[in-house]
Amino acid sequence: MSALASSAMPAQVGLLAGRAVRHIIRQPAQVVFPIVFPLVLLAVNSSGLDAATKLPGFPTTDYLDFALAVPFMQGALFAALNGGQDLARDIEGGFLDRLALTPMSGPALIAGQLGGALFMGVVSALIYLTVGLLIGSGIAAGFGGALVLLALAVTISFAFACLGTFVALRAGSGQAVQGFFPLFFVLLFLSSAFFPRNLIEQDWFREVATYNPVSYLVEGIRSLVITGWDGQALAQAFGIAALMIAAFLALSAWALRTRLVRT
Amino acid sequence: MSDDRSIQVAGLVREFKGGIKAVDGIDLGVAGGEIYGFLGPNGAGKSTTVKVLTTLLPPSAGTATVAGHDVAREGAKVRASIGVALQDVALDPLLTGREHMRLQAGLQGVPRAERASRGDELLERFGLSDAADRKSSTYSGGMRRRLDLALALLHGPRILFLDEPTTGLDVQSRTALWDEVARLAREDGTTVFLTTQYLEEADVLADRVGIIDRGVIVAEGTPAALKAQVSRPTVEVIPRDPGACAATGAALAPFGEQVAERTAGSIAVRLRSGADQLAEIVRALDVAEVAVAHLALHEPTLDDVFLAKTGRSLEGAGDEPAETPPEPERAAA
Repeated sequence: MSALASSAMPAQVGLLAGRAVRHIIRQPAQVVFPIVFPLVLLAVNSSGLDAATKLPGFPTTDYLDFALAVPFMQGALFAALNGGQDLARDIEGGFLDRLALTPMSGPALIAGQLGGALFMGVVSALIYLTVGLLIGSGIAAGFGGALVLLALAVTISFAFACLGTFVALRAGSGQAVQGFFPLFFVLLFLSSAFFPRNLIEQDWFREVATYNPVSYLVEGIRSLVITGWDGQALAQAFGIAALMIAAFLALSAWALRTRLVRT
Repeated sequence: MSDDRSIQVAGLVREFKGGIKAVDGIDLGVAGGEIYGFLGPNGAGKSTTVKVLTTLLPPSAGTATVAGHDVAREGAKVRASIGVALQDVALDPLLTGREHMRLQAGLQGVPRAERASRGDELLERFGLSDAADRKSSTYSGGMRRRLDLALALLHGPRILFLDEPTTGLDVQSRTALWDEVARLAREDGTTVFLTTQYLEEADVLADRVGIIDRGVIVAEGTPAALKAQVSRPTVEVIPRDPGACAATGAALAPFGEQVAERTAGSIAVRLRSGADQLAEIVRALDVAEVAVAHLALHEPTLDDVFLAKTGRSLEGAGDEPAETPPEPERAAA
């Protein structure tokens, strides 16, 4: 009985991702709120701020098209928060020690955790897009553009999940992860999420939005909805998301090594 | 003595930030199939020792081999040989008992074909079959402990580490767990390293006991040998007539030295030889015409051993700083 083969890493990732998905499904608040809240905000903004489209230089005549990118970003932030809190609970409750006593590899833990975020990213992106189309938005880049939009949204969601994973591993507490949430939202509000950069009157706000990477993530999604195929906007959005993934995965791996000091 | 079920520790030190030595140069050996009780108050260094021996913390100095593998250099091999139930039961509140078993079996590399049957068998053995498909958040404390132990046994470990496994359990659950631990050692030949702060637990279960205080092992041996080392049985007599205390003391004087009374109005004498003198004591009391209301023979306890070695009683010794510093300091040493 002692001659057990060590489980292979893909199998470990599969098991841990399955657990992460179960976590999401079994906590309705983790599914309903992150999906419903951004859609409610979309409905409110697109009706209340429609007059903004009359400003000279506004990129579209329908604010819904302009605002459709925002739920994807908010969903990504919620996914980061929820995934991070789940991992922090594992640390606080000692479940990480249980996992550390198995042959599980560190990268498998991170990948499994992110598997849950990926699942949530796909589901929520599909819902946002479907609802957006049902209530009157269109995708200027067509069907292919819709597929690229989904891919970009899931990539962005994954990037923020990597950030959430790093924060959880570093802080080791659910409260600390929650403490980061307002910061994420400040980043969203100080971007071009609600207003095009060229129409922001306040210099400091326009400056911050220009340096805020979230602006380029939003604009990448928005370009597919409003403009059609904009190679530069897409390259910037995918590039920033990829950089975030690389940076926060590396930081997560480092944070896990310092937390899991098993020999 | 080193075999694939033994534990060997020499000069083990675990130091945390700020120079706090939770474990300060301990030596111990546990033979295959033995139940070793690691007894000490809160903050003595028990859990830190377990964390080092189970590879969750690297040692700061000294050596330790578990199942023939060095804990500092062959962590993966050690982990493959051991089962561990840590002090805080770590379950996922959103997973059922059966899902816990499947996850653990998968991560431990139990062949896919055997996962379900092995998990179900352990759930049955620990009386959890009926609750197998309920989330662990609905389990009672005893059920959570049992599931924790079942998970530790899932991959058939040769050595089992149990860190205060009965803390917080009711008497019935505690006894059931003792029975299971004893069965594992006697029938399956599993080596058990058990930490506890309960004297009775160490006395009942352990083949040998190591007593740790402030990171240092202060005594080690079989419970009987340890007790014999430090103390002899005490006889305690309460005369029916409170005025007969002097006569009672005089009758008992030839058998040993008088010690502090355990009960008000009693005369207690530590016997020079063993409990064999009891018949003579009864005869001496009869000759002295002392009417006896109560007579008891007290065997020494492991608390007496602890008291003799540390100058403190185990019962109150735990009200001291926690042994494991806060989480961020763990990575420091």
